[in-house]
Amino acid sequence: MILGMIVDNVWLDALIRLGGVAMLVPLTVIVLTWVERKVMGRIQMRLGPMRVGPYGLLQGFADTIKLLTKEDLRPTTADRWVFELAPFAIVVPIIMALVTLPFTADILIRNLTLGLFYIVALQGLSIVGFVMAGWGSDNKYALIGGARAAAQLISYEVPFILSILAVAMVAGSLDIGIVVGSQDDTPFIAYLPLAFVIFMIAGLAELYRQPFDIPVAESEVVGGPFVEYSGIRWSMFQLGEFVGMVLISILASLIFLGGWQWPIGGDVPEWAQAVTMAIKTVAFILFFMWMRASLPRLRVDQLMAYCWQLLLPFAFLQIIINGLALAYDWPLWTLTVMSLIGAGALVYLTHRAARQSGVMNQPTGVSAQQVGSVL
Amino acid sequence: MAIEHHAPPEHELDTIDINVNVGPQHPATHGVFRMVLTVDGEVVTDLDPVIGYMHRGNEKLPENCDYRQAIGYHDRTDYLAQFNTEHCYVEAVEKLTGLTPPDRAEYIRVILAEFNRISSHLMFLGAFGTDVGLFGTSFMYAFRDRETIQDMFEEVTGERMMFNYFRPGGVAWDLPDDFDELARGVLSQIKRGIKDIDGLMMDNEVVLVRCRGLSPVSREDAINWGLSGPMLRACGIQHDVRRADPYSIYDRFEFDIPVGEQGDVFDRMTVRFDEIKQSVRIIEQALDQISEGPIMVEGMKRILRAPAGEVYMRVESPRGEYGVYVVANGSDKPYRHKVRAPSFCNLSALRAMSIGQYVADVIVILGSIDIVLGEVDR
Repeated sequence: MILGMIVDNVWLDALIRLGGVAMLVPLTVIVLTWVERKVMGRIQMRLGPMRVGPYGLLQGFADTIKLLTKEDLRPTTADRWVFELAPFAIVVPIIMALVTLPFTADILIRNLTLGLFYIVALQGLSIVGFVMAGWGSDNKYALIGGARAAAQLISYEVPFILSILAVAMVAGSLDIGIVVGSQDDTPFIAYLPLAFVIFMIAGLAELYRQPFDIPVAESEVVGGPFVEYSGIRWSMFQLGEFVGMVLISILASLIFLGGWQWPIGGDVPEWAQAVTMAIKTVAFILFFMWMRASLPRLRVDQLMAYCWQLLLPFAFLQIIINGLALAYDWPLWTLTVMSLIGAGALVYLTHRAARQSGVMNQPTGVSAQQVGSVL
Repeated sequence: MAIEHHAPPEHELDTIDINVNVGPQHPATHGVFRMVLTVDGEVVTDLDPVIGYMHRGNEKLPENCDYRQAIGYHDRTDYLAQFNTEHCYVEAVEKLTGLTPPDRAEYIRVILAEFNRISSHLMFLGAFGTDVGLFGTSFMYAFRDRETIQDMFEEVTGERMMFNYFRPGGVAWDLPDDFDELARGVLSQIKRGIKDIDGLMMDNEVVLVRCRGLSPVSREDAINWGLSGPMLRACGIQHDVRRADPYSIYDRFEFDIPVGEQGDVFDRMTVRFDEIKQSVRIIEQALDQISEGPIMVEGMKRILRAPAGEVYMRVESPRGEYGVYVVANGSDKPYRHKVRAPSFCNLSALRAMSIGQYVADVIVILGSIDIVLGEVDR
């Protein structure tokens, strides 16, 4: 127990832990930007950063210094307070969500009995910042990006929450400690593969990463809500993005892969728990980076159609399956079988929708022949 | 007009269309192209293309140069298919002057022009992936193979971009001694490399969802709009200048003309992808058939004078029918020099193809036309 209770005073203890997290967060982001560039470079057959420090290790620090010293520009026509506060509206909720997110049984700030609910609620809050940035910048690209972000949030958030709810149903609690504790033998991914698939897809959308980087689409709206930002404010968006990625990765490891409990059990030394969690978290982070390098972008209406027409019904299906299995006290392996069938159906339907596409690309029912008269 | 604007009922929020200016500096406009979109939410209701930012007078300038000096200006029109455009111009001058280049020179021209077609289509596939949203991966894969071609061009001509290698009556100098080996090595690299691109782009579900059925063009419209090249063939029309009006020695090779079915964005992409394979076929045949011999017409004069007359020469460039119209008046300079730029003509259909589509799709449609601004603006 390296972090049982650092000092006797409860408030002081919490403050010290908060300070530790607040220091770790920028450091993690700096390292992660380097990792991301290296991973993308690897996938794209190039080296990535190589100049600053050995293997470009100090690149992230150099970039941070550059961003900190860069001029903080604000368009003269921007809505001043909305524009300047938007980065905080994105970063603050995500960092606040870290308060109750445990890394191991003891490396955490405070455990809440409604921890999962708290995290999901705060994650959804950062959308306010996107819309603020989109509106306050007085830029049409930013406006389109902000509107897209709002539209996207409404569609992915419901399946995202339902997939977490499925976990809470099986664990019987919203307390992350109890959720992890009940995965001693088997991680929940074995019982709830469907919920896991939905969680990962919705999580990608939550992070605005490919194939769901629609609000920030580089080739369309050139960064969307961020387009007018520079220097430190821009880097806060970046911070929010990467902290969000870490948050989703840790959450996925905790609620689906058994956190620090599986496969080593609860009564092992602290460092073994931390290593287990680190491996799982890094695996998820690398997965997100891999997706980024290999998938193009969906269109916003396609994302919405996918979320509402496929993800949401299947998320409800998972809830119903859970309800049946838990209400009638069926053995848990029936849950696995039903959820696996559901996951298979979801993957098959996704595949079929992609292969039989073509109808979806007629947004307004106007064919080229009809607009021929425009010329 | 495609979109019907109903008067909003009372007690409902009124909405307005906004103008969004895309370009001339925008990552997705492939150069200095600008379009003013009128958008109703995410749907484009009108599009106003603005061109001319890269106008350099490439049609007028050759009228002050002698026939050989003008070759360089064709490198600079379509700067991704330099050999194809040079080929067109030198063939036009040869038609005017009545020169017949030796066999070896013709083979060299065809081999290099087909390699250039491959390199241009690879460039398209890479850039198109970026338009659809791939974060540079398609670009890097396409450029891995394109780089080998580019290195080979450098070996042959001493230049990576503005080759200036074809001459009326032949080519500037002979190929390097190990060219056959070099070219076959490049071909095998391309054959291996396009498999990666096939998996990354053609077989990618997200690309399928984005591109299938997007802005289909009917055959009649394609002809009426004057589309050519892959844009036309994607609509199912088997028209290729190399077949329809064989120039140079293209009648000696066996190759297929890949066509699409419904002329949508995905068909345009697959047509270009299949054309890479056909170009590989042509090059392999040409490498087998090429023989030693002179590379220039015997007894070329230092100053080339063309008898009075006019000629229109067209070739199949990677973007479509590239044409050069030259009027000669007996002097050593062209009296009138006009270029038919395929991407200019293809671009003219952009507005009709884009209206009613989403903003994100307009970027993809523009990418699928594969414009080269140097050629559009000239």
